Amino acid sequence: MAKRIEAVNVSAYYGSFRAIDGITMTVEPKAVTALIGPSGCGKSTFLRSINRMHEVIPGARLEGRLLIDGQNIYDRDIDVTAVRRMIGMVFQRPNPFPTMSIYDNVVAGLRLGGLRKKALLDEACEKALVSANLWEEVRNRLKRPGAGLSGGQQQRLCIARAIAVEPQVVLMDEPCSALDPISTLAIEDLITQLKNQYTIVIVTHNMQQAARVSDRTAFFSIDSTGEPGRLIEYDDTAKIFTNPSVKRTEDYITGRFG
Amino acid sequence: MSERLGTIAGLRTKRLPGWAVPALAAGGLAVAWLIVYLPGTGGAVLTGVCAALLFLAALVGVSVAVEGRRAATDRAATALIYAAFLLALAPLAAVAYTLLAKGATRMSGDFLTHSMRNIGGRDAGGGAYHAILGTLEQAGIATLITVPLGIAGAIYIVEYGRGALATAIRFFVDVMTGIPSIVAGLFILAFWVQLVSPLFTADHQPEFSGFAAALALSVLMLPTVVRSSEEMLRLVPATLREGAYALGVAKWKTVLRIVLPTAAPGIVTGVMLAIARACGETAPVLLVAGASASINSNPFAGQQQALSIYIYQQAKDSSIYAPPRAWAAALTLVVLVLALTVAAKLLARRSKLAR
Repeated sequence: MAKRIEAVNVSAYYGSFRAIDGITMTVEPKAVTALIGPSGCGKSTFLRSINRMHEVIPGARLEGRLLIDGQNIYDRDIDVTAVRRMIGMVFQRPNPFPTMSIYDNVVAGLRLGGLRKKALLDEACEKALVSANLWEEVRNRLKRPGAGLSGGQQQRLCIARAIAVEPQVVLMDEPCSALDPISTLAIEDLITQLKNQYTIVIVTHNMQQAARVSDRTAFFSIDSTGEPGRLIEYDDTAKIFTNPSVKRTEDYITGRFG
Repeated sequence: MSERLGTIAGLRTKRLPGWAVPALAAGGLAVAWLIVYLPGTGGAVLTGVCAALLFLAALVGVSVAVEGRRAATDRAATALIYAAFLLALAPLAAVAYTLLAKGATRMSGDFLTHSMRNIGGRDAGGGAYHAILGTLEQAGIATLITVPLGIAGAIYIVEYGRGALATAIRFFVDVMTGIPSIVAGLFILAFWVQLVSPLFTADHQPEFSGFAAALALSVLMLPTVVRSSEEMLRLVPATLREGAYALGVAKWKTVLRIVLPTAAPGIVTGVMLAIARACGETAPVLLVAGASASINSNPFAGQQQALSIYIYQQAKDSSIYAPPRAWAAALTLVVLVLALTVAAKLLARRSKLAR
């Protein structure tokens, strides 16, 4: 089920500004891959290019190839909605749909995708909420608005919403940066559980978090402001954090470089 | 820093007691009553103004003496803002009071259910049923035309429009906002009544109709609906759209099921403003729908009355029975618009989840 992602020489642009340059890396299935690096180094841009969210921004475009199990998702005959259904995404700030209840939020992807049968929706809702470790907290108030939950609960609601459509890859863009340590722990536990089923790519500014949850870590960096971001080193997490091959990675991890 | 600002002696400060402000207000009123109203220098309004000025002066004076300058400035600013609020509210209260007082005398079930057919200058009866019917039909048809068009236009501008075409459409919507209502009426008179309506009549003669009035009102409502819907759609956070895209939801479905419901309460408010404006328009309706004294429930053929024209006609009529009818019709119009607005607000709130 889970998919292997291969980026081949991927460069992304916002208008004439090149945000990332020539990224080539392979993301392994059923594993957690962390993207770390200083602000503006293009790790979020790279993440968004994996499910073609990059092009939502006016003027944004991309060069290179991104292969999901050998198939380039930037080919002309690719259905973007199908790509995004296969590759789900969780954002930095929780973004539950404000007009919808908890239940409606979780099944939004299925319902807007055309699924109507209530029994199937109920089942999918419970399954997704259980997977997101939220079921016990909300089972008695599924009809209440999703925006009424706490920040950590909202983020788990968004994770439930993302996995309810049964994607094969889940992309997470700093999912814990707006959360307190307890909610962060809950979500990290969740990521560890989810990797049994899904390929997970997570962008994080928190290096302890990358070390805790990921199997592989990619370090991105920029030479200076205005330059495009590049992939500096990509290896097993244990190696990156104990014995990196590149001096810049070591400087960043040990805090000698912003 | 402390050298420039002076050292802090203590955190406590002297404050006026809670009863001081009402006491000063009562004192100001009493003095004004004594020196303005009793000698007959001025009426109730002048007394009120003097009382307010006396109160303000006394409040600032007492506050400076007891609390110091900063607190006195605060008290004066607070009092002035309350005064501005009351001043702004006064016309609204006056209009509501006048409408109720003068409109209620002639208001009756009879007024709401009868037309002006065969009512002469010496007849006390008659009503506004035909005008209410006309206003409801004309504004209703105009709303049916405008709301889908306007919201679709706003969706195009916000979600799809790129480049020169979208800019041009925005510009022309802005231009449309500035069209005087009489010009909209003349346009429909020249275009619809003179050119198009003869194609539909049996004798191929131009014909006034409620539908023509609805078209004129649509021209006036459309820019309001487009602009207010556009603003509301822009307020929907981009993260909600991205959240939907990331679930593999197509763009049109995202707009329809996520963006529009989120913006709905604001869009409803804009639509209601447009309807309220349309209900009060007189000139364009008079130009293209005429003004009939009889009931005409068919908006597509023949002259039709509207409440706004009815008010205008009754207000300038020489009959002694006419002005009360005008007031009653004005009250009817305001209540009608108010009821529509409240209903729409309730409807919009019900569709949104309450916290």
